[in-house]
Amino acid sequence: MTDRSPDAVRLRDASIGYEDVPIVAHVDLTVRHGEAVAVLGSNGSGKTTLARGLLGLATVLGGDVEILGAPVGRLRDRGRIGYVPQRHTVSGAVPATVREVVAVGRLARRGLYRRLGPADRVAVGEAVAAVGLADRMEEPVASLSGGQQRRVLVARALAAQPELLIMDEPTAGVDAASQQALAEVLARVSAAGTTLLVVTHETGPLAEVLTRAVVVDQGRISYDGPLAGAATTHGDHHCGPAEDPARPGYRMDQPSVTARVLRPLGGGR
Amino acid sequence: MEILEYGFMQRALLASLLVGLVAPAVGIFLVQRRLSLLGDGLGHVALTGVAVGVLTSTAPVGAALVAAVLGAVLIELIRARGRTSGDVALAVLFYGGIAGGVVLLSLAPRGQATNLDAYLFGAITTTSSGDLVVFAAIALTVLAVVGLLGQRLYAVSDDEEYARAVGLPVLPLNVVLAVLVASTVVLSMRVVGLLLISALMIVPSAVAQLVARSFRQALYLACGIGLVVSVSGTTASYYTGTPSGGTIVLLAIAVFLLVAGAVALREATARRRHRRRGEVHAAHPHEHGPRCGHPAVPHGDHVDYDHDGHLHAPHMTGTGVHYDEHGTVTAPTGQGATGSTR
Repeated sequence: MTDRSPDAVRLRDASIGYEDVPIVAHVDLTVRHGEAVAVLGSNGSGKTTLARGLLGLATVLGGDVEILGAPVGRLRDRGRIGYVPQRHTVSGAVPATVREVVAVGRLARRGLYRRLGPADRVAVGEAVAAVGLADRMEEPVASLSGGQQRRVLVARALAAQPELLIMDEPTAGVDAASQQALAEVLARVSAAGTTLLVVTHETGPLAEVLTRAVVVDQGRISYDGPLAGAATTHGDHHCGPAEDPARPGYRMDQPSVTARVLRPLGGGR
Repeated sequence: MEILEYGFMQRALLASLLVGLVAPAVGIFLVQRRLSLLGDGLGHVALTGVAVGVLTSTAPVGAALVAAVLGAVLIELIRARGRTSGDVALAVLFYGGIAGGVVLLSLAPRGQATNLDAYLFGAITTTSSGDLVVFAAIALTVLAVVGLLGQRLYAVSDDEEYARAVGLPVLPLNVVLAVLVASTVVLSMRVVGLLLISALMIVPSAVAQLVARSFRQALYLACGIGLVVSVSGTTASYYTGTPSGGTIVLLAIAVFLLVAGAVALREATARRRHRRRGEVHAAHPHEHGPRCGHPAVPHGDHVDYDHDGHLHAPHMTGTGVHYDEHGTVTAPTGQGATGSTR
């Protein structure tokens, strides 16, 4: 079920941190459903903590933090959230295939006991196709390049068919071609109605997709407005296409599939 | 077979079969979670349970199970609070568990058989029919839970932060895994002993992770290896008169060394072959591309170029591009073959 709140994210006088130490203090922010927002800031500004507060990974120390219409700790169906962590590789100690890693994205939608069924397998296949790795489905993720492993993490988030997709530095350490391809995926996700919240210190080609910028500086929001405005008023952020956007990236092999993967806003589970 | 004529060996072999199958099925999640020593810690705690069982004249297996499960839950709660690292919590379990066990056993009345070695290192002759029934029940329960929750346990073991963010019940799943480990420790204490149980959980998984391509494959392979080394080790210990636990673990380590050596040899051979292929075209006079005049031939996940009847695969490295030899052309590859080098 989708909430009736018009806001995907709502912070009122929110302070977020770890243990008792606030990293982000007295922040007000509202993100409406369907918006594509860049959360910008330099290292240590608190932008990642802000996102982690929304995900329940950092502690809300004061104020209100609501996500998808419910206080962050009380959102029952967290499977509606997609999350791409800031992690450079996927591979764990034991080998796992692309399919196995991406299938994890479906689990939160299936409760504690229900096994993944045919519909889940279709969703996994479509999410992997959306990031251009359909032909690598049965390969161990450890055999993929760093950029490809990041795409696996994006596919894992897409497989959940999320209403709100939160990404932490998705372009860090990724070549220009992969950044461009990620921008294409996000354009489709956004067009399908998914709310995007992308934490980054460099938008690169994602600037073509993200329309609003929230700049976090020393734990407070110093700018909230059009992305272009952030580029002109905050010189240390790099908003705009990467140097070599024309370089061929990972193809959207099946754009129509990609569009179907991404459930329109307000659809059922 | 002579070995099967004895009731105690029949029971020992059955117990080792259960242990060999179950220990790696749980251990593989610990390897993935990089908590390989959790089994060791819970083995130490189980010793305190055994001692309580001996002192109170209750079944040591039942008391060990209770102690290990309580220890398992406790360690996960300590970890979840986040104020003490899993490492420190494990250390407290290690020392507290074994110290408690040794002190309590020393308080047992004189003449009461404590048989500490049998619990620490395994003793095949000590498995009773009653024990076997309990072990079978534990083994079936553990396998059923792994079958039911395996994907969730994998998810939490692989990326706990992601699992928490998307709402998987991380703490309950971690507690379930810890309880599975505790149960496996108790199941295994007669066969491999409390000090060696962790090895049977971890070493077959370590072998599997060297050769498997998927998690599922690694799980099945680890269970297969565990079963084989456990049953063969128990059989060997009968003939050699050595303790079953040590024999099984040495066998498992031998398998690990053998496979690790074979994998290293295979990789070294592949690297040598690759270098030789690279040397053939170290001074390749031009770069292959869509307009180089050599037909492109799809080959798996990449494109080769048909160059005078043999296939060139571009390979980018930090020092530039070179061409690997990917065999010869076996069928016509299309238009535009020039057969010459620009």
